Amino acid sequence: MAAEHTPQSSTSKVPLWRLPAFRAILFQVLLVLGILAFGNFLLSNTLQNMEQRGITTGFGFLDNAAGFGILQSLIPFDETDSYGRTFIVGLLNTLLVAALGILFATFLGFFIGVARLSKNWLVARLATVYIETFRNIPLLLQIMFWYFAVLRPLPRPRQSLSVGDSIFLNNRGLFIPRPVAEDGFGLVLAALLLAVIGSILLVRWAHRRQEATGQQFPGGLVSLAAIIGLPLATYWLSGSPLHWDYPVLGGFNFSGGLEVIPELAALVLALSIYTAAFIAEAVRSGIQAVSHGQTEAAYALGLRPRLTLKLVIIPQAMRVIIPQLTSQYLNLTKNSSLATAIGYPDLVNVFAGTTLNQTGQAVEVIAMTMGVYLFISLVISTFMNWYNKRKQLIER
Amino acid sequence: MKNTLAIGLGVALALSGTVNAGTTLDGVKGKGFVQCGVSTGIPGFSSADDKGKFTGIDVDMCRAVAAAIFGDAEKVKYSPLTAKERFTALQSGEVDMLPRNTTWTYTRDSSLGLNFTGVNYYDGQGFLVTKKLGVKSALEMDGAAFCIQAGTTTELNLADYFRANKMSYTPITFDTSDQTIKAFEAGRCDALTSDQSQLYALRIKLSDPNSAMVLPEVISKEPLGPVVRQGDDEWFNIVKWSLFAMVNAEELGVTSANVDEMKASSTDPNVRRLLGIEGVKGEWMGIPDDWGYNIVKQVGNYGEAFERNVGMGSALGISRGLNALWSKGGLQYAPPIR
Repeated sequence: MAAEHTPQSSTSKVPLWRLPAFRAILFQVLLVLGILAFGNFLLSNTLQNMEQRGITTGFGFLDNAAGFGILQSLIPFDETDSYGRTFIVGLLNTLLVAALGILFATFLGFFIGVARLSKNWLVARLATVYIETFRNIPLLLQIMFWYFAVLRPLPRPRQSLSVGDSIFLNNRGLFIPRPVAEDGFGLVLAALLLAVIGSILLVRWAHRRQEATGQQFPGGLVSLAAIIGLPLATYWLSGSPLHWDYPVLGGFNFSGGLEVIPELAALVLALSIYTAAFIAEAVRSGIQAVSHGQTEAAYALGLRPRLTLKLVIIPQAMRVIIPQLTSQYLNLTKNSSLATAIGYPDLVNVFAGTTLNQTGQAVEVIAMTMGVYLFISLVISTFMNWYNKRKQLIER
Repeated sequence: MKNTLAIGLGVALALSGTVNAGTTLDGVKGKGFVQCGVSTGIPGFSSADDKGKFTGIDVDMCRAVAAAIFGDAEKVKYSPLTAKERFTALQSGEVDMLPRNTTWTYTRDSSLGLNFTGVNYYDGQGFLVTKKLGVKSALEMDGAAFCIQAGTTTELNLADYFRANKMSYTPITFDTSDQTIKAFEAGRCDALTSDQSQLYALRIKLSDPNSAMVLPEVISKEPLGPVVRQGDDEWFNIVKWSLFAMVNAEELGVTSANVDEMKASSTDPNVRRLLGIEGVKGEWMGIPDDWGYNIVKQVGNYGEAFERNVGMGSALGISRGLNALWSKGGLQYAPPIR
């Protein structure tokens, strides 16, 4: 008892600032205060200097009319709209490129990554050449290359390449018919939704049944048939509530239809091809990280190669792939800001470009732009971390 | 405790410090040259040749200011800036002056903390089209695609023009004028729109300049002039009067060729004041008395600068037009030096 008591009483005699716990907290509080004070100094100093030099500050400019046009907008936009709306237009264009790029890069990357491990010598070498070429050329050059490589050889609007008078390709872009929904098209969408929900339930039921009885049910095939068949049947029964808006040549270019501008095509192409090279390497590393013993064990249990890949190798490989995939998705999103080099109207081109220059409010505009990229990146990384947790090896 | 003290001191020091940059003239004299913001390459206005030597009517403004301050027009360093970067570069003090085809507008003058010192080129927005297109007027261009440089008044004028005439258009905006001409050549757009002077300058960059032509319409007023930061009146005066000295010199018939003779023998009091022989003092602006002489001797008068860089004798072949002296039907008019 005495032995336990003595150190306690001696502790109380030690001055407060020599207590390790107290000191640790004290220094952290001081550091945070210091950082806050420094941030405050930077902000107030900037504002003070800008005021001294007669530069307008604040976010009031967002309500002013923009007065310039934008090449591509996913929402209605014209010159009388506000600078705030140019922010939304640019943001949506950035998200469009990022989403398309991530989609294509993932498919292409998985394909190339698996091809690199192929037993076929030619296929494996081709994949290696692909990776080493596109991974080692600066992205900006690739974007420029695709832009001018796509643009130069294409004909002018009047000499457009066409497929059956409904799809046209020229140096102003790709023009395809645009589906226009009529009354009753909602039923088709409802049918699609129903089919998707039904399929999910069906696959779950098939899974449970297999675990309980060992009997298999071709859930995948039935779901596919339902997802395609049900909306089609509804569409036909409700009297085809959809018509197509065809592009028509008039004046200088086609009007109507759906237009894919060459800037978007070049940017998505360059971003996906470049990022796919990195994703391919991530996929290869993931698959190689699964020891060969696993494959042998699966074979010994009588699993066929396809099932071995699906049930044994890929789930374990995903654990290695996902964190790298996350970084590549983030890179792709941030790299999309190189759009400005070829005039694609993304956030940097429209908002941190034209809007910044027309209003001159560099600090506000750049802060908003940086905030957006930070936000998008955090959303992607949160989602991927959640997905990673689900796929991680759960130890029992 | 040492750490705490250091942090505390650091914070206190940081909080007490305010930025005091001193005057621009002191800074320029201290470093020994004028840092001048120019374009990334617009022939006739500011562009570098294969030896890295900058020439152009805007570059001559920088040289005139250097001549006025140092008596040596070569004491200039150039920062090529895109249209997007230019105002930030000037506001932040990266450059001392910005003669870069910059249009004088209300917004820029009143809300960016900048001052326009005058107009060294009266311009207007026009259109460059391929001859093959067969268009004779901009009014025939409903639905056409236009290559534009981002962050310019051009972007706004184009939108205004098409709105006023109830026509539609597709804008394709690039960072540099070089990119716009490349996209134009690749056929991405039907027309390139910019200040007319730039159209002539960019046209000579085409592999076949004769395949394109400038439409006659001018859809806007584009008074281009050197810009300085607001709040430094002394520097504002130096840049302003360097331009006025060049215009006055042309009016008085003083050229780089005859300036020595004029200095020795002219009895015209206007000439004698311009050359700093009598009446006015350079020290009122903090520079040598013979600043006017140095400008004319080393850079030339406004007419000489115009002819050398953009005039009929140059590659651009632009006539004086609005940029003739007021006494010859143009708009160039400078307050008297007295």
